Amino acid sequence: MAINITSLANARTRVALNGAFTVYEAVEAKRDLLQALADSAELEIDVTGLDEVDTAGLQLLFLLRREALHTAKLVRFAGISQALDEVLNRYGLGAHFEQPAQAVS
Amino acid sequence: MSHEPAPHSFVAESRELLREMEDALLTLEQSPRDSEAVNAVFRAMHTIKGSAGVFGFEVIVEFAHVMESVTDEIRAGRVEVDDVLVALLLTCGDHVSVLVDCLESQDPNARLEAARPDGADLLRQLSCYCVQTPEGSPAEPQAGPEATVDDLDSRGDRVACDGWHVSVRFGADVLRNGMDPLSFVRYLSTVGEVTAIVPMFDAMPEAQAMDPQACYVGLELQLRLQDPASRQDIEEAFEYVRDDSVVRVLAPHAPIADYIDLIRNLPESPDRLGSCLVACGALTPDELAQGLLLAPGRIPEQPAPDAAPNETSDSDTPAIPAVANAPKPDHKSTNGRYMRVHSRKLDELIDLVGELVIASAGVSLCARRATDEDLREAAAAMSRLVEEVRDGALALRMVPIGETFNRFNRVVHDLGRDLGKDVDLVISGADTELDKSMVEKLSDPLMHLVRNALDHGIEAPSERLLQGKAKRGKLQLNAFHETGSIVVEVADDGAGLDRDRILSRALHTGLVQPEQSLSDAEVFQLIMEPGFTTAQAVTNVSGRGIGMDVVRRNIESLRGSVTIESAPGQGTIVALRLPLTLAIIDGFLVGLGGSSFVVPLEMVVECLELGAQDRARIHQGGYVNLRGEVLPLLRLREVFDTRGEPAKRENVVVVQYAGQQAGLVVDALLGEFQTVIKPLGKLFERLAGVSGSTILGTGEVALILDVQALVERAVRSEATRTASAGAHRVLERL
Repeated sequence: MAINITSLANARTRVALNGAFTVYEAVEAKRDLLQALADSAELEIDVTGLDEVDTAGLQLLFLLRREALHTAKLVRFAGISQALDEVLNRYGLGAHFEQPAQAVS
Repeated sequence: MSHEPAPHSFVAESRELLREMEDALLTLEQSPRDSEAVNAVFRAMHTIKGSAGVFGFEVIVEFAHVMESVTDEIRAGRVEVDDVLVALLLTCGDHVSVLVDCLESQDPNARLEAARPDGADLLRQLSCYCVQTPEGSPAEPQAGPEATVDDLDSRGDRVACDGWHVSVRFGADVLRNGMDPLSFVRYLSTVGEVTAIVPMFDAMPEAQAMDPQACYVGLELQLRLQDPASRQDIEEAFEYVRDDSVVRVLAPHAPIADYIDLIRNLPESPDRLGSCLVACGALTPDELAQGLLLAPGRIPEQPAPDAAPNETSDSDTPAIPAVANAPKPDHKSTNGRYMRVHSRKLDELIDLVGELVIASAGVSLCARRATDEDLREAAAAMSRLVEEVRDGALALRMVPIGETFNRFNRVVHDLGRDLGKDVDLVISGADTELDKSMVEKLSDPLMHLVRNALDHGIEAPSERLLQGKAKRGKLQLNAFHETGSIVVEVADDGAGLDRDRILSRALHTGLVQPEQSLSDAEVFQLIMEPGFTTAQAVTNVSGRGIGMDVVRRNIESLRGSVTIESAPGQGTIVALRLPLTLAIIDGFLVGLGGSSFVVPLEMVVECLELGAQDRARIHQGGYVNLRGEVLPLLRLREVFDTRGEPAKRENVVVVQYAGQQAGLVVDALLGEFQTVIKPLGKLFERLAGVSGSTILGTGEVALILDVQALVERAVRSEATRTASAGAHRVLERL
């Protein structure tokens, strides 16, 4: 998986995830994503480039949102990819990720 | 999921099941009413179908399903077993086995799709057997067992929901083991319709503690089944994760109390679960309220916090395993005595043990030189333990040969039918153990030999009757131990080898010169020369002149040998001699000039001193009189062209191979030595008289003698000397 991190104005960061986001990439992804969140106040995650997602990947997205809630930051997801969409639908989470983080129960 | 290689456990288990099924089918052919065998076939297909479903191998599920249905018809007594059906099921089993093989390729799903059409015809034939049950047949007794059984005991109010509820908390290692909870959801949606699903990530600890490769997912889902299916079908979907995951299945209209139990036993808080179950549609808000009110009465004095640990850190599944283990079907318990271990791990262990053996030899050597008595004692104790560790580690790789033998039941059955011959397979020594890697490499050569025996050895029934033999031929597979080797024999009671024809053929192709006189054994060895065949007709079974040389090559690559005995009209015995192990052996160390050599201890018969008389008489080789027997000698000094003067006293190590003895003349006898076999490099592979190398305690290298080759050489040179016959280069294998 390729993670491209771009710093924007106002402590905002844009993170683009590309390629596979599975248990094989999970260790690095966790480190990079949490670091990106720690470094900024608002995280915008572009998931359009993901072409393979599994439960490990999904877990990390959940973790990131929960972490944002705990630290009063904002995580937003930009766009959707077919692979992620399929996973979300399987888990009955279709509409879940399009709203800001507060929606996580 | 399509990119991941199919879990090996599935492939291995399926193969095992297919073998069991094959055995059961062969039993059925003999006794069509054997219900045990029918059940075995059913069980095999049922399990393969279930597991294949979990991994999403549709093609296998599809095929196994039809086989399972047919077997179920047999079980129900609606279909009679006959030869035709058994043959069909055997062929179908082969097809499933082909499908399972596909899983080991790079892109299993594509390969499976490609193999699908091959099964179409079989499916059509199979379907002829299941037409008797029309779609809506209510015959299925286990269609809705939960409802009927549960009706009998009135356990309070039941929920209105008419779907199945499945609750899963996956084990932490599920993802690491190459499985994804998603695939279970996918599978369930092929069994039925997943009407609602709520994933629970509550078990995930806070960011620092969270392990990104662990699985923290739980699922609450509602399932509406299309076919009448049982609880077992659903539970079996989770077969591969059941050990560390918690799976609970609630039937339609289950008692509310069951749901309350579920809530109490899950790690999340009752409020959270309650709202999930309501969201799923499993419970109505009223039912939930009613159930929670009822609950204290059912589970007396159980404080709520006990059942509802805090949702984050306390996620360890062991908190609730008692319930999880309850519904396991019993067939699992038979597997419990075995543990699957990757063979790579075993190999690594054995490599390490090998290093340990070498290191401990070094320690012993130092201890022996030192004057410290305690040190010697300690070193001796350690050597003994290392020896035990070595034996234990090697024993891990040993498997009984029976499994390989049993596979030939089918081969003999099918070939016999194709060739119109009636053949009994008799297996003995099935529990003889040998190294796993050897068993694997043995199955091809055995296949060649069995085919040869059936095709060329055993005669057609009419011919056998003419010869005054029993109409049914007999093929024997034997395995037994013999001085340091394992012998595997393929014996038939057929026509035997035709010595004259082999010889004339060999003369014709120039393998043998007319003036050579060959013993029977030597003549029979000729059939293992590349391209040699005497078959008059090339059948599609054998006789193309490839085979026996391949057999010999395969066996020799295992440091083994092949011998053939045959008597005209009575049969042929082909014996494969194999070393006990490929890794570590007990060796006998001998000295020659400045170097050391190792003789495998199991081939050493005795040692004697070479008397002065004999010494003067023999120069290059020769023989000595050993208690009235002629013992051919081989001077290793000559064989290896050792420099320097021979020692004042020379010794003879008497070795034995394949029933023949020879004496090796060496300078010194150095005693027993645990020998870790290190293969020689490519360059020295063909080195005469040496089969490998090892490292001594001093760090020096010692060569391991190839006793088989040396004995043959000694015996032959002795024979040429006495018979003064011309050298026959054909058998020169050094």
